[in-house]
Amino acid sequence: MNNNKVLEVKDLEVNFRTYAGDVQAVRGISFDLYEGETLAIVGESGSGKSVTVKAIMGLLASNGYYAGGEINYEDINIAKTKEKDLHSVRGNQIAMVFQDPMTSLDPTMTIGKQIMEVILLHQNVSKSEAYQKAVKLIELVGISSPEDRMKQYPHQFSGGMRQRIVIAIALACEPKILIADEPTTALDVTIQAQILDLMKDLQQKIGASVIFITHDLGVVANVADRVAVMYAGRIVEIGTADEIFYDPQHPYTWGLIGSMPDLDTDGDLYAIPGTPPNLLRPPKGDAFAIRSEFAMQIDFEEQPPFFKVSETHQAATWLLHEDAPKVTPPAVIGKRRERLKEV
Amino acid sequence: MLRYVVERLFLIFLTLFVVLTINFFLLRLMPGTPFDNPKITPAQKELMVRKYGLDDPVGVQYLRYLNDVLHGDFGVSFRLQDQPVTKLIAMRLPHTVQIGSMALVFGVVVGILLGALAAIYRGSFWDGFVTILAVIGVSIPSMVLAALLQHYVVAEWGMFTYLYNPIDATRGISVWDSLYSSILPAFSLSLYVISATMRYMRSELVEVLNSDYILLARAKGLNKTQVIMRHALRNALIPVITIVGPMTIGLLTGSLVIEMFYGVPGLSRLLLNATSQNDYFLILGVNVFYSFLFVTVILIIDLLYGVIDPRIRLRGGKS
Repeated sequence: MNNNKVLEVKDLEVNFRTYAGDVQAVRGISFDLYEGETLAIVGESGSGKSVTVKAIMGLLASNGYYAGGEINYEDINIAKTKEKDLHSVRGNQIAMVFQDPMTSLDPTMTIGKQIMEVILLHQNVSKSEAYQKAVKLIELVGISSPEDRMKQYPHQFSGGMRQRIVIAIALACEPKILIADEPTTALDVTIQAQILDLMKDLQQKIGASVIFITHDLGVVANVADRVAVMYAGRIVEIGTADEIFYDPQHPYTWGLIGSMPDLDTDGDLYAIPGTPPNLLRPPKGDAFAIRSEFAMQIDFEEQPPFFKVSETHQAATWLLHEDAPKVTPPAVIGKRRERLKEV
Repeated sequence: MLRYVVERLFLIFLTLFVVLTINFFLLRLMPGTPFDNPKITPAQKELMVRKYGLDDPVGVQYLRYLNDVLHGDFGVSFRLQDQPVTKLIAMRLPHTVQIGSMALVFGVVVGILLGALAAIYRGSFWDGFVTILAVIGVSIPSMVLAALLQHYVVAEWGMFTYLYNPIDATRGISVWDSLYSSILPAFSLSLYVISATMRYMRSELVEVLNSDYILLARAKGLNKTQVIMRHALRNALIPVITIVGPMTIGLLTGSLVIEMFYGVPGLSRLLLNATSQNDYFLILGVNVFYSFLFVTVILIIDLLYGVIDPRIRLRGGKS
């Protein structure tokens, strides 16, 4: 990891038109992605993580649109680039691995053709060269007898193997950025670890930057260099993995981490009360305030700005304001902070 | 695969045998005889009944008929100068097939194109147009359409012809003249085909376009045309084939209304006349022939399904 930015997301806003009005799925988020790093975006369902990465791919659903902000990749702003100019970027420089491998491959096309397709599209190679590359890729993602596998159809593969193929397709053109949208959620636990290892391994081989979306904090701890926590369409806290895990600042992050079992857990797990707000009409102030036991009057009135905790760590909560009363985070978080000191 | 086809062929023969047997006995339950014309005297009737062996017990007649069928003889028509049933069917079939296949090809092609357009430009003018057309197409009976076409297109605008003209060199009717005269009857038949195919194609393609593998195809960097041509159409067409099968049978067996309106000497009219006259062997022959078409088309559709959908091909191979 170094300090060369490969992607810059600035004040990104994404809305979806519905009959009831515009749903503000992403409400002004900013982050940078550095060369070779893995940035995890965590948050519960509906927090806008998937929409954020689809916006980066330029693959918003037909009723979605960019309501503001920029996504700067090299010399283009993806949010303002025409569809046809994105074709040479997608699959080539920015590639994506999807959540459900059972449905993300074309059931009527052979595996070989599906891999060769992306190679032939972006690289100036002949069919036989593309074939050779595809065979190598299948081998690379850990599937044996690749030549036979080339001729087979997706239904002849297990879920884990299909995800390996999807990864092969994503990495076929050695992209600069790999986006993984919950790539292990649909797999069973024993396979999850294998797929994560494979992704880490291949990322190092080609030196790609990875944006990893998940709601599984165990996975985050395993793969991420940095973590962004999203809630109700906003990033509420961003920092290195250690900072987020051992010194979280935002009450929502406390809730998330408190709800994850670890070796010290005794008794009941913590559950965040209530449900996320309706983004058709987002609440004023901190969207998490209504579910937070630490909420203050100002949380209901004004959106908190980012307060710097360290050079790499920022959180959007009024609790970090100098005038805020000192609060004691839940016991789980206290324990974690102590553990950090031991380390 | 071979074993599968052989199994299916055996089942086809079994089906045809059952159809033939049930039809044979059912027809004898119809009131009247083939010779109920008031001009025929009882003595003549007696003579006719004996000539065709209809005075034997039904069981004996059945076995005799079965034996004939196995030797390729489907009997003769009592009312049409003792012409063999097979010859009568062979004479009528080409006209029905000519109009039916025109309607089928035109209807399916137009239906798939319009349905695909509607799905690709969902919510646009095209989509609305196609939806309205589909409703009109399934709700207008073909006889209303046939009458309207004859009134406006032929009488008012002077295009095409009132009646279907079979190819006939002696009357100077060439293949092209005949095809020209088939356009209106074929179009009348095809409106339903267009609407049904269109609606089906639209809903299938909309579903496919929303699937994960289409998103992955787009994430690869394919443009819209490539995504549709390489990934979406093939997947959307698979279920569409299932409805084309039954429609093919409907068209190949002919439509009575269309044959009446356009004077087509087709199978449908042959069957109607035979039924009203108790022409036993002719009814039997046509019914068995219809069943034969039906099971054969279904077999072809099933095999075609395997060609398009690899999941089915392999399962078929293993069984």
